Amino acid sequence: MSDQSSHNPKTASEIASHVEEPSQAELHTHRRNAFAGLGWARDNLFSNIPNTILTVLSVALLVWAAPPLLDWMLLKATFLNEDPAACREAGGACWSFVTVKHRFILFGLYPYDEHWRPLLAMALFIAALAISCDSRFWNMRIVYVWGLVLPVCGILMWGGWLGLTFVPNDKWGGLPLTLILATLGIVLAFPLAVLLALGRRSDMPAIRAICVGYIETVRGVPLVSVLFMASIMFPLFLPEGLTIDKLLRAQLGIMLFTAAYLAEAVRGGLQALPKGQYEAADALGLGYWQKTRLIILPQALRLVIPPIVNQFISCFKDTSLVIIIGLYDLLTTAKTALADPSWRAFYVESYVFAAFIYFLFCYFMSRYSQYLERRLNAGLRR
Amino acid sequence: MKRLSLWAILAAVTSVGLAAPAFAGTTFDAVKARGSLNCGVHTGLAGFGAPDDKGEWAGLDVDVCRAVASAMFGDAKKVKYVPLTTQQRFTALQSGEIDMLSRNTTVTSQRDTELGMNFGPFNFYDGQGFLISKKLAKVKSAKDLKGATICVLPGTTTELNLTDYFRANKMNFKPVVIEKQDELAAAFFAGRCDAITSDSSQLASIRSAQAPKPEDYILLPELISKEPFAPAVRHGDDQWFDLVKWSVYAMMEAEEKGVTSANIDSLKGGSDPTIKRLLGETPGLGKALGVNEDWAYQIVKQVGNYGESFDRNVGANSKLKLPRGLNALWNQGGLMYAPPVR
Repeated sequence: MSDQSSHNPKTASEIASHVEEPSQAELHTHRRNAFAGLGWARDNLFSNIPNTILTVLSVALLVWAAPPLLDWMLLKATFLNEDPAACREAGGACWSFVTVKHRFILFGLYPYDEHWRPLLAMALFIAALAISCDSRFWNMRIVYVWGLVLPVCGILMWGGWLGLTFVPNDKWGGLPLTLILATLGIVLAFPLAVLLALGRRSDMPAIRAICVGYIETVRGVPLVSVLFMASIMFPLFLPEGLTIDKLLRAQLGIMLFTAAYLAEAVRGGLQALPKGQYEAADALGLGYWQKTRLIILPQALRLVIPPIVNQFISCFKDTSLVIIIGLYDLLTTAKTALADPSWRAFYVESYVFAAFIYFLFCYFMSRYSQYLERRLNAGLRR
Repeated sequence: MKRLSLWAILAAVTSVGLAAPAFAGTTFDAVKARGSLNCGVHTGLAGFGAPDDKGEWAGLDVDVCRAVASAMFGDAKKVKYVPLTTQQRFTALQSGEIDMLSRNTTVTSQRDTELGMNFGPFNFYDGQGFLISKKLAKVKSAKDLKGATICVLPGTTTELNLTDYFRANKMNFKPVVIEKQDELAAAFFAGRCDAITSDSSQLASIRSAQAPKPEDYILLPELISKEPFAPAVRHGDDQWFDLVKWSVYAMMEAEEKGVTSANIDSLKGGSDPTIKRLLGETPGLGKALGVNEDWAYQIVKQVGNYGESFDRNVGANSKLKLPRGLNALWNQGGLMYAPPVR
C-alpha cells in the first residue's frame, strides 16, 4: 500500500477526478492499442486498493442505475401519443405530456395565436446576448445592438402597434418571463452593485453607513421574503387604489436583492487589488472616478469573474421563486400544466423538462465564464 | 452620490410603472369606467380556476368572474384574471388590485369581519370525504369504516377532522400518514389503506388522475367537514356587492327554471313571468342593479346556468366527474337556493 502510493504520488482528489473523467487526450492516445488501454486502466482505475474499490463500486452503480433509467427515459417512453392512457400502458416516461403542454410551459398565458411573438422576441434576445458575449462587440456596436433589440422585443411582447394586438404584461409567462426577470435583474443589479461596493469602501462615513446598512439588511433576509414584501406588504402601504404592476415589483425585488450579493463579490475584488495600484493611480494625478474607471475596476472585476457568474447563475434560478407571488415563470407554468387532471400523474416529466431548460442556460453561463477567465487572464499568464 | 443614484433609479423605474388608480370612487364606477373586471382567481386548480393548454382560463370560480362581466358589460371576455396564491388573495382584494375574489375561498366569520370582506352566494359546497375501492362491497357509508386503515395527510385540519369524526361516532381507525399528496394517493391505490380522506373535490381529481381504473373507486356520501366556497368583494361598495351577488343567483335561478345557454333564445316572448324577468323582458331589475336590462340573459347566454357551469367544469362533462351532492338545487336534494330574481 505504502510503496504503491509512493509509485503514484497523486492526491486522493486527483485520483478521484481521473476515475470519473479521464481527459479526451488521454483516452485518445491510449485507445491506439489494447495493451496501452489495459495499462491506462491499471494506472488510473486499479492503481491501489481504495481506487479499485471505488472503480468497482462506480461500475456497479452504473450497471444498477443506468438500464432502468434508460428504460424509463427512452425505451418505454411515450413521445407523441396524445392520450394519457397510452402513457400509463407503456409504463415509461410520458414525454407526450411535454408534446401536449410545451406551448403552455414555454409561453404561459400569452394568447395562443400570438405565440410567434414571444418566440421571435426570445430568439432576438438570445442572439443579442450571444453577440454581447463576443469581445469583438465590446464597443459602441453593442450599444447599437441592444438599442435595436430591446425596443423590438418590447414591441413584439406588448404589441398595440404596427397591427399587433396589445398584450398586457400580466399575460407574459414561461421562458420569456424567466429570461426577462433574470437578465434585467442581473443587468440592472450590476451597476448598483459596483456603486454599493465602492460606497462600502468610501471614506465618507454617511455613504459608507448607508451602503453597509443596505447590503447587510438585504443579505439578512431571504429572497422569498423580499418578494413577499414586494407583493403582499408593499401594496398595503400605498394610498388606496394605487397599484404598481406585479411584474415590476418582482423585478425590482430581484434586482435589489441581487445587487446586495453582487456588491460583496465586487468588494472582494477591490480588496484583493494591491494597494500599490491605488497609490500609482493617485500618483498619476487621476481623480477618484478616473482612477476607479481606468485603473481599479478593470482589474478588480477581472479578479471576481467566478463569484460574479456564480451570482448570475443563482439569480437566474432564483427567479423561479416568483412562483409564490403568482407570476407564471417557467417553473410555475410547468407546475400549472400539471393542474390538468388527466396529466397530473406525470409530474416527474414536467419537472425534468423545466430542469433541462434551466440546465441549458446555467451550463452555458458557466462555460462562458471559464472562457472569459482564460481570455482575460491570458495577459497575466504570459 | 451613491445614495442619489440609487434613489434616482428607484424613482425613475417606479414612476414609469405606476398604474392608473385602480378605482376612482367606488368599485362599481371604477369597473364600469375601466371597461374590464379585475378578478382574483387560483393560480391553477383544475375545475375551479386554471388556464387550459391554450392559456385560456376555465373553471367554476372563473365562471363567476365571467358572469359578472357579462352582467356589467354584456361580454364575458372583459375580465382580467389575476392569479393569486393563498397568501396573496386577501391583500390583493384589500389593496384594490382586484375588484372581486373568486378563488375557492372558504367563508369564515373571521374573514367576513376582520378581513373586511363581503361574501356573495355560495357557489360550491365542499367538505372532507372518503374515497374507497368498490371491492369493499359492505361499506356503503363512512359509518361502516370501523377499524379501517385510512390514508391521510399529516398536520392538516383534515387529520383533525378525521380524528374528531371517528371519536364522535365511537369508532377506531388506523391512520396511514404520508407527507406528500401524490405519494399518499399512490399508497391508497396500491392497497395500503382501505380509504383515503381529503376534500371531496380533491378526492375526485385524485381518482381521475391517478387511479388505475377510476370506475373501481367510489366517494362515500358523507362529508365530515364544512367548506363552503363563495366569491368575495371589499367592504364599502354595496352596489358592487349586489351585482356580484345577483349574478350568481341569476345562474341558479336559470337552472331552476330550466333556462340554458342553448334554449334561452327560444324562450324569448314566452309567458312565464319569472323567465320574462330573467330575460329582461319585464324591465326594472337591470336599472335597479345599475346595468343593462338584459344582464341575466347575457349571463345565461354566455356562461350558462349554474348546472351547465358545474357539469362543464367539475361535474359529469368534466374530467373531475364530481357528483352534484350538496351542490344540487334545493328542490333536488342539494343546498343551492337562489332567492327570487324579481
